[in-house]
Amino acid sequence: MSPVARNRLIALGALLVAGAGLGFVAFGNIGENLVYYWSPSEMLGQGEKAYSATIRLGGVVQPGSIEWNAEHTTLQFRVADDVKDGAPSVLVRSTETPPQMFRDKIGVVVEGTYDKSGVFSSNRLMVNHSNEYRAPKEGEEPRQWQETLSDATTAVGAM
Amino acid sequence: MAGDALRRHHRRGGDVNGTVGYGLVLGGLAFATFGALVGLVSGLRRSDAGMPWVMRAVWGFAACMVGSNAVMVHALVTHDFSVRYVAQVGSRSTPLVYTVVSLWSALEGSILFWGLIMGCYIAAFAFIHRREHARYMQLALGTMLAVGVFFAFLIAGPANPWGAVSPVPMDGPGPNPLLQNHVLMIIHPPMLYLGYVGMTVPFGVAVAGLLRGEIGEAWMAPLRRWTLVAWLFLSIGIILGAWWAYAVLGWGGYWAWDPVENASFLPWLTATAFMHSTMVQERKRMLKLWTLSLALASFVLTILGTFMTRSGIFNSVHSFTQSDIGPTFLVFLGFLLVLCVGLLAVRGPLLVPEGQLASPLSRESSILVNNLVFVAITFTVLLGTLYPLISEAVRGVRVSVGEPYFNKMAVPGGIAVLFLMGVGPVLPWGKPDPATLRRQFIIPAVVGLVVTAACFAAGLRGVYPLLTFGLAGFVTVITLRELAAPVRVRMSERKEGFVTALTTSALKAQRRFGGYVVHLGIVLIIVAVAASSAYVKHTSGTLKKGQVIELGGYQMKYLGLVSGEEPHRTYVAARVEVTSPGGQVSELKPRLNYYERSTDPIGTPGVRETPAEDLYMSLMAFSEQAGTASFNVWVFPLVGWIWWSIPLLVLGTLIALWPRRKAAVATAGAPALGPSPLTGGDAERGAA
Repeated sequence: MSPVARNRLIALGALLVAGAGLGFVAFGNIGENLVYYWSPSEMLGQGEKAYSATIRLGGVVQPGSIEWNAEHTTLQFRVADDVKDGAPSVLVRSTETPPQMFRDKIGVVVEGTYDKSGVFSSNRLMVNHSNEYRAPKEGEEPRQWQETLSDATTAVGAM
Repeated sequence: MAGDALRRHHRRGGDVNGTVGYGLVLGGLAFATFGALVGLVSGLRRSDAGMPWVMRAVWGFAACMVGSNAVMVHALVTHDFSVRYVAQVGSRSTPLVYTVVSLWSALEGSILFWGLIMGCYIAAFAFIHRREHARYMQLALGTMLAVGVFFAFLIAGPANPWGAVSPVPMDGPGPNPLLQNHVLMIIHPPMLYLGYVGMTVPFGVAVAGLLRGEIGEAWMAPLRRWTLVAWLFLSIGIILGAWWAYAVLGWGGYWAWDPVENASFLPWLTATAFMHSTMVQERKRMLKLWTLSLALASFVLTILGTFMTRSGIFNSVHSFTQSDIGPTFLVFLGFLLVLCVGLLAVRGPLLVPEGQLASPLSRESSILVNNLVFVAITFTVLLGTLYPLISEAVRGVRVSVGEPYFNKMAVPGGIAVLFLMGVGPVLPWGKPDPATLRRQFIIPAVVGLVVTAACFAAGLRGVYPLLTFGLAGFVTVITLRELAAPVRVRMSERKEGFVTALTTSALKAQRRFGGYVVHLGIVLIIVAVAASSAYVKHTSGTLKKGQVIELGGYQMKYLGLVSGEEPHRTYVAARVEVTSPGGQVSELKPRLNYYERSTDPIGTPGVRETPAEDLYMSLMAFSEQAGTASFNVWVFPLVGWIWWSIPLLVLGTLIALWPRRKAAVATAGAPALGPSPLTGGDAERGAA
């Protein structure tokens, strides 16, 4: 075998080993860092599997379930599949301050883990921008959308 | 011409804008198709006959694209809501500048704008290289116009912004409020598009070379220079995007390994690898096929990136079918992959390497390792980005890949790149002399160790960040020495002044000099990323008036709410009195903005910037009844260095691209393999 051919063979072999190693590490690493998107009913249906995974739990805030602790630092609420009475729901404890739009019935995604006591501990709370930015539908007053705005401004004005 | 038509339109109230604009798109489609066919056929038949026709097609395509965009801007500015795109993003209450910018604020407009940039790029390339050999030019321009066909087709069909709206609405919703929130949104998208679309030019050049089965130095120079142009814009676009995410979105970060971010990062990685492997090709006549593959890959990745960001596929595989452009893109992407692999397989064997690796400790092997690292990072980022799609399509499981995956792969990769930036420039081409090497490494290595020790003594901990800072010191010393060495020699041997010596040595080895300046910018970025992610401090809290929250030596006292009005929005801001660790008192006003046509408020964080660290506050929520406001607060060390690296990147690239007066400038560092007088030289004019 000529030295050139031998060098090539060595290089090719090294590349294959490096590539296989990289693929192995990358795939293994992905497996450890997957985040599952589940609704409350899907998560409850996972059984044991739900306890070890990082989960993005998506649903709506169950009406009337929002509770703050006295110092207003820890938030507790239930995320349900939908706003209907009796929809499957999960108790969520969040250490993060929710954004201004956070309220009953709004779509949320919380990221965190579920433990055997049935509490979902979330370190990230995202509110779905439920209504996409859109043109007014027929018969709809743009004013109606500004509820939050007018609340806010009147409130500030009354200061 | 179009102006007259438009004035008539306003008197008659017809839909002239739509007709003219759409007509121009169809014209562009026709020009591109004609030019692509003539160029490719004539070029493959090794005849020069088609060249004048290809040039005419290029001018026609560019003129149509410029015209169509001009009509759209006119329609936006005059609020012609009979045009579908204007009805979608226009609003009478939006300030003029944001109205113009809304050209690229939604899918259809951004693809139209894409067409404009593509027309300008192809025309600039055609003009600058018009005296280049026609057989190459026909193939190159033919390939670029073929890409133009695809985009013109997208504008004419699946992403047509010109549709008519009936009945014509009186007003529209205005552009997405996120895009109106910050001035960066005016410059970030064009930069990114200039980077993305710019990759079309090297793609055309590389395909032409492969079709011809040879790629000489005369053809490599434009390939390098145009890739560099696109690379610079892409770099600026990515950094400005990170800055925008930081300054506008208010989630307290600048990079989240989001598919949209990854989409821009992938072609950047391969283009960077290309810029390095091309040096080996030039000096050692090796890695020809590899270098061309990287050029092709950079282009394919920009198309993949556009597909990922524009098809809506990342919301869910299931919402994908709702987007019209997704399937079209996928077909184009498949076609491109087949074309590239086929070309490389069929023509690759013609590109015979003429050199050999002389030593594992040589400049060429360090560049080879650099390339492997870049490709490995590309692979892992691509895998992590596409994995959710594969998982959902194959197993029906909706997952996302968490940030730790990317960080675990990219951090060692970044450190390896940093290390190579120091080692590479010291290693000579060919075989090194061990004694010289030892002598050259000793000072930088000592500096690196001192930096690490100093950081440790200052209380910083963590293997990766300390390693990064030490290596950054090592690389900085080497880079500055490489920059200074020729200047010192000139000053002592020729008795030149500092400025003369600096400019002469920079001009004599432009690419080397420019490359090292860019390296300094990259070192800034890597250090800033390491510091701001390893030593970030975060807290959140709900405050009553007069209450104080503390973080990292800062004291933040909540003073109360204020509200105000701007032309396109109203806002509620929290007044916060900040006392810095040094005792200075200032005020931050993180706020929530309310846009007329949007229900959800959009935050703007308040940031106190210093070179050493940023104090960053987001107003999360406020309650008037309770008299409280909730904040998220971060302290990011060195984060500003990321954006302030842009001038270094621009300066370095400009030095590298600056036109040469003489064809071949012999220097100690780089022998006379520069661009030929016809091909090189003015490439950057096209980008200006």
